[in-house]
Amino acid sequence: MTASAILIQFLNGLASASSLFMVAAGLSLIFGVTRIVNFAHGSLYMLGLYLSYSLFELLGGGPLGFWGGVIAAALIVAVFGALVEVLLLRRIYHAPELLQLLATFALGLIVKDVALWVWGPEDLLGPRAPGLAGAVEIAGRRFPEYDLFLIAIGPLVLGALWLLLTRTRWGTLVRAATEDREMAGALGVNQRWLFTGVFALGSLLAGLGGALQLPREPAQLFLDLSVISDAFVVVVVGGLGSIGGAFLAALLIAEIKSFCIGLGDVTLFGAVFSFSKLTLVVEFIVMAVVLVLRPWGLLGRAPAVARSSGAVEPPLVLPSPKLRLAGLAMLAALVLLPAVFSGYTLILMIDIMIFALFSVSLFFIMGPGGMHSFGHAAYFGLGAYGAGLLALKGGVPMELALALGPLCAAIGALAFGWFCVRLSGVYLAMLTLAFSQIAWSIVFQWDAFTGGSNGLVGIWPAAWLASKEAYYYLALSGCGLGVFALWRILYSPFGYALRAGRDSPLRADAIGIDVRTLQWAGFTLAGLAAGLAGALYAFSKGSISPETLSVPRSVDGLVMVLLGGIQSLTGPVWGAIVFTWLQDVVAREIDYWRAVLGAIILLLVLAFPGGLAGALGRLATRLSGGKAAPGAAT
Amino acid sequence: MSQAMNPPVLRVKNLSKAYGGVQAVSDVSFEVAAGELLALIGPNGAGKTTCFNMLNGQIAADAGGIEFEGRPVRGLKPREIWRLGVGRTFQITATFSSMTVRENVQTALLSHHRRLGSLFSIATRQHVEEADALLARVGMREQAERACGVLAYGDLKRVELAVALANRPRLLLMDEPTAGMAPRERNELMQLAAELARGSNIAVLFTEHDMDVVFSRTPTASSCWPAAN
Repeated sequence: MTASAILIQFLNGLASASSLFMVAAGLSLIFGVTRIVNFAHGSLYMLGLYLSYSLFELLGGGPLGFWGGVIAAALIVAVFGALVEVLLLRRIYHAPELLQLLATFALGLIVKDVALWVWGPEDLLGPRAPGLAGAVEIAGRRFPEYDLFLIAIGPLVLGALWLLLTRTRWGTLVRAATEDREMAGALGVNQRWLFTGVFALGSLLAGLGGALQLPREPAQLFLDLSVISDAFVVVVVGGLGSIGGAFLAALLIAEIKSFCIGLGDVTLFGAVFSFSKLTLVVEFIVMAVVLVLRPWGLLGRAPAVARSSGAVEPPLVLPSPKLRLAGLAMLAALVLLPAVFSGYTLILMIDIMIFALFSVSLFFIMGPGGMHSFGHAAYFGLGAYGAGLLALKGGVPMELALALGPLCAAIGALAFGWFCVRLSGVYLAMLTLAFSQIAWSIVFQWDAFTGGSNGLVGIWPAAWLASKEAYYYLALSGCGLGVFALWRILYSPFGYALRAGRDSPLRADAIGIDVRTLQWAGFTLAGLAAGLAGALYAFSKGSISPETLSVPRSVDGLVMVLLGGIQSLTGPVWGAIVFTWLQDVVAREIDYWRAVLGAIILLLVLAFPGGLAGALGRLATRLSGGKAAPGAAT
Repeated sequence: MSQAMNPPVLRVKNLSKAYGGVQAVSDVSFEVAAGELLALIGPNGAGKTTCFNMLNGQIAADAGGIEFEGRPVRGLKPREIWRLGVGRTFQITATFSSMTVRENVQTALLSHHRRLGSLFSIATRQHVEEADALLARVGMREQAERACGVLAYGDLKRVELAVALANRPRLLLMDEPTAGMAPRERNELMQLAAELARGSNIAVLFTEHDMDVVFSRTPTASSCWPAAN
């Protein structure tokens, strides 16, 4: 690269950093004060972009249409954010944090479909900024004027936020609440309006970040997820709750990405290495490195120890004879099912069983293990690709490939898990996300081996398993055994030690339990089980694509576990059944299935904060005249 | 200083710890013998808990020596020190809230018998009698089936004690065992600690900021040092 090319790439990076910073700063502010990880934050960005597009035309174009539109779009998103806080989030501040995450995710689904309904599926490219449409000459190259403006706006917003947070009373309250929310509340700070205000400000920043991108990138429906994962990375790299850290991290990541694009294909030691392909994954690599070296981010601080350790979980009870009988009856019904149903129902049932195993394996580490994973699909995908590649490229018989696929996943979990168990909470969740994204991008880009974005086709089961009935029984036995084994392990000394490490790491350590090693083993076991689900999935579909290990698949798993309820062993199974069935039925019947799904999830979250299984359990005890289960989450 | 007849179980020599510029513990030395009940006394902030946390390996000492049964243990991890035969309770109780009282003790027993790697046995069926015997010793046998998450504070302290006794320790560390307890509960707990020390020949070291507790309940010995400067 020449010096002028380096300068231009550097400026490009600065321009990209500004919007990234604004979204991330909003996310960070909201998390710092309300402790809500706002999964819908990317949706707010997307909304800002779409709104500014429409407002430009509505206001008659020109400078007023553009600048007025940008500002109005940001304000509308802020009002929307305030409404969301008042109408939705206020009701769930006391719910477990993962349930809050689920609620904001559902909100994102609704926003996405509203955008689809209003603006349609096509990409919408906005106008150039009036007055800044040209380019200037820098070091002999042309550089867009608008990008220079963006370079300036990032530090301006940072400065404004800094003034707001350090020079105003409101800002002092925000900082106090970020530092110690309970103490701020105890000192008489009116938390309701503080929370609403912070949510509105965070939304404003996201909306502004999106609106300002109008001349640079088209409004698209997938932006919500891509922006939220970028913003998560920036916030985590910078340090949760640190605005300065978010700015630094946004700069760092935008610059690294920009230089990866600038470098393009480079010949290293005779082999061509494509840096531009690295852009999909480089930010996650940065995050993984930062989290391993500085677990609380570049400018973050170790979080204050929470005084209340959240909802107290009731003790694990061995299933009563009645419950065992019900389980056996259900198993018998599943065995007899192919005698009654055929064709499509069997296919749906195979899907449901596979996702039940996936969901239970995620529950295994999230519930009793206390390790929240946002990247569990990595192990599902590694199992699927492991089995598929062995069968297709390795010439391994299908039966053996089915057995070895999960092992590939377990090896992946063993390697990633070693890093992950060194962290906890949101940081752990983000590192799992990073690893799954790294796995995804390798699969996505390694065309020659994994088939790239097209995936693998022709992964068929052995002849004796080719009929739907036969495969149904294979899936039933594989998933049934997998789920049963995981459940059984939770009743074993290993399972108790795992819960001990979650309940009180201090006490666990003081009675000789090596919590990290134990969590590592649990993480690997869960990876093995998810891998089995993935391998069964690959052979049931006949083809797999990188989607099997993408972020949305991980989110599906989270939704299943949380929908079912994280405090009950059967919860994740119910969650998988309801979610898979809903997705299948709703998606086939209704165009706007995401919105419907989102609305259903929101209703369920608001109605049953303890999850479906918790609600069913309470209903059952009420019907049988017994007392309510103690310690159920509220 | 006590005039112990037995060789000391715990020997602490010139132990020091500073946090930044604050010298939390400086040059502390003492010994505890089997069957002896020794109190570390001092007002809040004197460095008692810091001292304790160094003894069981939770924080690293800056200088000094810690010997358990003649073996240097400074630098070992808490779980390694526990394996040698040192039990401890915490100032703010640390128990497994999603388990019953008995399961808390059973988990400690499973760890003691090195059976935590077992994947398919049923944990609640292991070591039931042993757990109940320990619970009976601390007066919690009747509440064995209750969830730890719903216990009263004084009862939690008893559960912790039972857990701490699960590995048949020769040294028991009790950090502020009577903090937050009603006077009657305090007396009972300290009586229990004294019985343990004498009856089971365990060396018991506890921290206490209340002199009444120390002088009414620890006839064996007590030791103190000036608060941090």
